[in-house]
This record gives sequence, structure tokens and C-alpha cells, in this order.
Amino acid sequence: MAMGAPLLRVRNLSVTYPSDDGDFRAVRNVSFTVGRERLGIVGESGSGKSTTGRAIMGLARPPARVKADELMLGEVDLRAQSERQLRRLRGKRMAMVLQDPKYSLDPVMQVGEQIAETHRTHLGSSKAEARVAALEMLNAVHIRDPERVYAMYPHQVSGGMGQRIMIAAMLIAGPELLIADEPTSALDVTVQTQVLSIMDELVRERGMGLILISHNLHLVSSFCDRVLVMYAGQVVEICDAGSLADAQHPYTRGLLAALPQLGLKRDELPQLQRDPAWMDDIATPLETHSRKVGA
Amino acid sequence: MSIVLDQVTVSYGRGAKRFDAARNVSLSIGEGEAYGLVGESGSGKSTVLRAVAGLIAHAEGRVELAGQTMGRHRSTAQRKMVQMVFQDPYGSLHPNQTVDQTLSMPIAIHRLGNADRRVAAALEEVGLGPQHRFRYPHQLSGGQRQRIAIARALILEPRILLLDEPTSALDVSVQAEILNLLSRLRREHGLTMLMVSHDLAVIAHLCDRIAVMNRGEIVETTTAEALAAGDVTNPYTQQLLRSNRGFDPSGAELDLLDAGPTR
Repeated sequence: MAMGAPLLRVRNLSVTYPSDDGDFRAVRNVSFTVGRERLGIVGESGSGKSTTGRAIMGLARPPARVKADELMLGEVDLRAQSERQLRRLRGKRMAMVLQDPKYSLDPVMQVGEQIAETHRTHLGSSKAEARVAALEMLNAVHIRDPERVYAMYPHQVSGGMGQRIMIAAMLIAGPELLIADEPTSALDVTVQTQVLSIMDELVRERGMGLILISHNLHLVSSFCDRVLVMYAGQVVEICDAGSLADAQHPYTRGLLAALPQLGLKRDELPQLQRDPAWMDDIATPLETHSRKVGA
Repeated sequence: MSIVLDQVTVSYGRGAKRFDAARNVSLSIGEGEAYGLVGESGSGKSTVLRAVAGLIAHAEGRVELAGQTMGRHRSTAQRKMVQMVFQDPYGSLHPNQTVDQTLSMPIAIHRLGNADRRVAAALEEVGLGPQHRFRYPHQLSGGQRQRIAIARALILEPRILLLDEPTSALDVSVQAEILNLLSRLRREHGLTMLMVSHDLAVIAHLCDRIAVMNRGEIVETTTAEALAAGDVTNPYTQQLLRSNRGFDPSGAELDLLDAGPTR
């Protein structure tokens, strides 16, 4: 599995939001590690997958309460970092790509400048150096004619190009860990796979760890090495990606069955029957491994 | 034939600035048939749907619904015949109106009478009950909201139901419920459905015949079986099919970038 020491270690992470009806536990005792690999987190809306990503980045702010027995990025204890220290880590050592580039890029700043700014902030480079690095980075995300695109504003670029620009801005300072939260859900299907290919290429070349958060089971299982399935704030199952079809948890199986499939004509799609027992605290998630000989 | 489009072109602007959002689109859909339109954003699929609904005037060609050719202005009876369900149930329901108000409005506009009975029946039809009747949209889940949007379309007893990405804003488990509901309604009422989606599996689940659109034109017409078998000839359809199967680790998609954007 993960080579060497894991990049990220999460043990018993919980995120709780206080409310008038008592505490709402958005994330409950989530544990996992990420090495130089692609880890997927899937679940439906409200399952806690995005909150998990935000908590790792230190972005789950009060009134949310974040608790963990362990939250280590390499040798850095993320729980002990001040807001100022976290700001230095974000972008430099861990970065996050969000769903819609329309909202995550600054609308009144040239896109190239936004990439260069990250370089200057984290690497202390000069304006000229940062510009050169940003142009190289645009090239790395397969943007033809980087000089022209550098000077464009976010409203002038397409969704797919905007997301590639976001990836460029997130990777320019050389983070070890990239968290991508539904990075392609706002894009057309053919553009989706292009953006994922670019992300895959860069993450491999740089030996990074990637957490891909998505509701799309097919996408995650075809892209990632391992998949965590979340339900009601808990990880209910961990699967090797190729073996998602063999998943054991009734929730995972129910989701897979409810998905329309080309070539499998059914009059009725089986609807997911939610079992209240799935809400109970579980000690350890189910594990499904691919059947490899001698592994 | 329930829906016939003959060489329909919808354009915006004129002269050098003229842009054809849909060009020479011809389709014929039988009574009670479910027909699918797939394509990416900007391909013109929603434009075709809107032209059928009468939400935009078609510039050229002929739109015929249930044997009647549609003119520039439609009568109330012609409008009642065609109803539409939109993509985002968060955006398509008035936030300050209760379910009851939302469902009563079309009855009032079309002077159908019996509002109370019709609203109750429409709610039951989509699997909701009297307890949902006086709620506001924010008190409903995404799936319940889409059921309300479907009830609003059905309350006028249309012959044709137009569906613009009806499940793409919903979770997988809720999507299955809505798709099952749509199949049942089609069966029980003999509705003709024209559905737009970018998800080939969703389209193929509900529809037998499917047209693929790219840059305003129909590039290929096919069937659910042919799609499943990968038996498609147009390169754009093949690309769409490959993308729908998930991520291709060979990185083949990168080659497409240099072929230029699809729009």
C-alpha cells in the first residue's frame, strides 16, 4: 500500500456543530492514513466527506468543534498549529481544490497573477521569478499559449480551463498533499476526465498524496487506489478501488445498485432502504480488498 | 406522432452576430414514447426543449405537437398540453410560497377549478402526503422538492412532459426514486417524454431512442441498446461514451485537449 511513512495520519477525527436540538456530529471518529497514493472519499450529501477535508485543512471554524486523537501531516501536529502557522501550511504543504472555479478564483485578478501570488507568498520569490514559475505551471496543466492565458480574468476562461488554473495555483508551491473536493462536478463529462488526467499526471510526477472527495462512485473507483465510503459522518467501509463491486456494507451495495447502468435495463431501480442501525457508532469500518494472489 | 420537429433552427442575434443555438433539428417522437437528448453544456439540447415548450420562439422550421403546428403564440390549451420539469428544484420553486400555493397557481391560470381536490391528488401521485402540503420549499429535501416540481407539471394533465436534467442535482439514492417515479407516471398516464441529460446511463435507463447533440446539431441518433453495446459511429458520441465510463488511466483524454475544446 502506501510507500514509506504516511503523509497524513488521521485518528478518531470528529467534527461537532452545536445546535438548539443538541450537538450535531457531522464527522464521527474517522480514521485513515494517506500515503503517496490516491484516496477517494465517497458518500451522499451530508455524509461528512467535505467536512472531513475541511477539518484536515484547519478550515472547520467555530462554532464547529474539531477533535482528533491524531492529526499529523508528516511530522507536523496539525492540532497544535496556530491560525498563523496553519496559513503557512496551507498552500505550501497541503492544498485544496474546490468544486467550482467560478467561485474559488478572484474575479478581479488576472489568473496568472493568482498563481504567481501563491509562489511569492510561500517561496518568497521575486515578481519576475514568480511569473516564470506561473507560466511553467500553466504549461504543466496543458494550457496552450500560457502567456495569453496568464493575463486573462476568470470570467474569460471556460470551466475546464478555470479548474486547471486552480490546480496550477494549488500545486505551484509544491504541497505534499492535495485535497480535491468534487473538483470536476461542475464540468462537462468529457472535460472532467481531462482535468482528472492532468491532476493524476501531476500528482504522480511529484509523488504527492491526493484525497479525492466525490459523490460519483464510478469516477472515484476508476481513479483512486483506495476508497472510503462515508455515511452519516462515519467511514462505514474501506475498499480497494478495483473491488468496489465486491463491497460488503449494505449502504455501499445499495448505492451501487441504485445507479442506472448502460446495458442493464431494469424497469425499476432498487431504491436504497436506509437501516437506522447504520447510524450507530461503529468500532471499525468494513474492509474489502481486491483478491490479489500472494499480496 | 406526438412531437415532430422539422428542420428547427433557434438563433440569437442577427446578421454577422447571429448565433444558431440549435440548427436544423429534426425529430419525431411517438405517443407515449420516452426520447432522450444528450450533449454537453452549450450543445443546444436545452434550447430544443425550450423551443418545444414554447419558452423561446423558433426562428425557422416547424414544431408540431399532437398533430397541431405551433405558431408564434400558443393558446392556453396548447400550453397546457406541454409541461416541463427543470434541473434544480432549489431554483425552480418559489421560496416564499407553500407547496399548496405553488400547485394551486397553474389551476387558477388555466381556470380548472376543484383546486383542493386536484392539489391533494397531485401530491399523492408523486408519493407525498397532506403533511407536505403547507410546507415551504426550505422545509423539504431535494428529492421532495423535485417531486413537487413534477406534481406542478402533472397537475395540468399534460400529454407531453419535458425533463431538463431532472436528477442531476440529486444524490444517487434520490435519483433512483425520481427515475422510478417518472417511469411509473409514463406507464400510468401514457405520457410522451422528452428528456435532456449529460448522463448517458440515466438517459438510457428511461429512454429507448436517443439523439446526441454537439454544437447545436444532432450528430447521431441511436438507441439505448446500441449505446450499451458501444455501437456508435460519431467520434463525439464515442468520446462521450468513454467519459461516462469513468476515468481512463491511460491518460487518453489528454490527447483530446490538443484537438481543441468541444465548443
